[in-house]
Amino acid sequence: MPLDTVTPFTPLASTLGGVMIGLSAVLVMALFGRIAGISGITTGALPMRRDDWDWRLAFIAGLIAAPLVVLAVTGSPVRQTVPGDLVAMALAGVLVGFGTVMGSGCTSGHGVCGLARLSPRSLVAVLTFVATAFVTVLVLRHIV
Amino acid sequence: MRILLGFLSGLLFGIGLIVAGMSNPAKVLNFLDLFGTFDPSLAFVMGCAAITAFIGYRLVWRRKRPLLLADFQIPTRQDIDGELVAGAALFGVGWGIGGFCPGPAWTALPLAAPGTMVFLPAMLIGMALATILKARKAALA
Repeated sequence: MPLDTVTPFTPLASTLGGVMIGLSAVLVMALFGRIAGISGITTGALPMRRDDWDWRLAFIAGLIAAPLVVLAVTGSPVRQTVPGDLVAMALAGVLVGFGTVMGSGCTSGHGVCGLARLSPRSLVAVLTFVATAFVTVLVLRHIV
Repeated sequence: MRILLGFLSGLLFGIGLIVAGMSNPAKVLNFLDLFGTFDPSLAFVMGCAAITAFIGYRLVWRRKRPLLLADFQIPTRQDIDGELVAGAALFGVGWGIGGFCPGPAWTALPLAAPGTMVFLPAMLIGMALATILKARKAALA
């Protein structure tokens, strides 16, 4: 598997990025009084669903603009390696979309905002999705 | 104002994902590969983000209401039900296959990797399916 490349351990950058994500969650709470969960923001961004959809759509636009702003500021494009098996990526997308709505949250809603609220539901959700993700990678990389 | 500040909040979140390395599926998958090319960086991301939000939320909640909307809407449920666990379990399997959760999938859109262009619409279809199922179940109850 070409993706099996080593990525360097980046504790400082990951701490800084984590603080930025946390500050964004605090901003969303201070401004809009809502949880900054990306799955909830995505499903709530449709005009027919709620009356306060406009800031959610703008939030998603901000997420999409991020790599372009990083390119404009630093002059170097954001590097990433995305798995190339398109059938697997389609399956992964459906599972992530369906699972986050069924389970009421994703890495941000449960993992950041929920843990910050000391929510028992979010703790259970985080332990569950990290566990099944560990097992999935173990099976796909080391057993199959 | 709502739209401008919503955009800036999303931009901060997205740049945070990129700085943290979470926008790169290869790094996410290595975090999940405990017995292979393990990269523990992402534990710092979720940990530091949650600690920052823990402190910030408590400062924000001293106010009666948020700045731009009428009230705080914070989840109140405490029960652990089957849907929570099953949904989280399915999400984890998808996360382990693709290396994307919803935030990084949006951030990856303008980079337009083929895997992203398949993952993102599939994710929206999955969200729509679950939303329809939930609405149907609520209507029956």
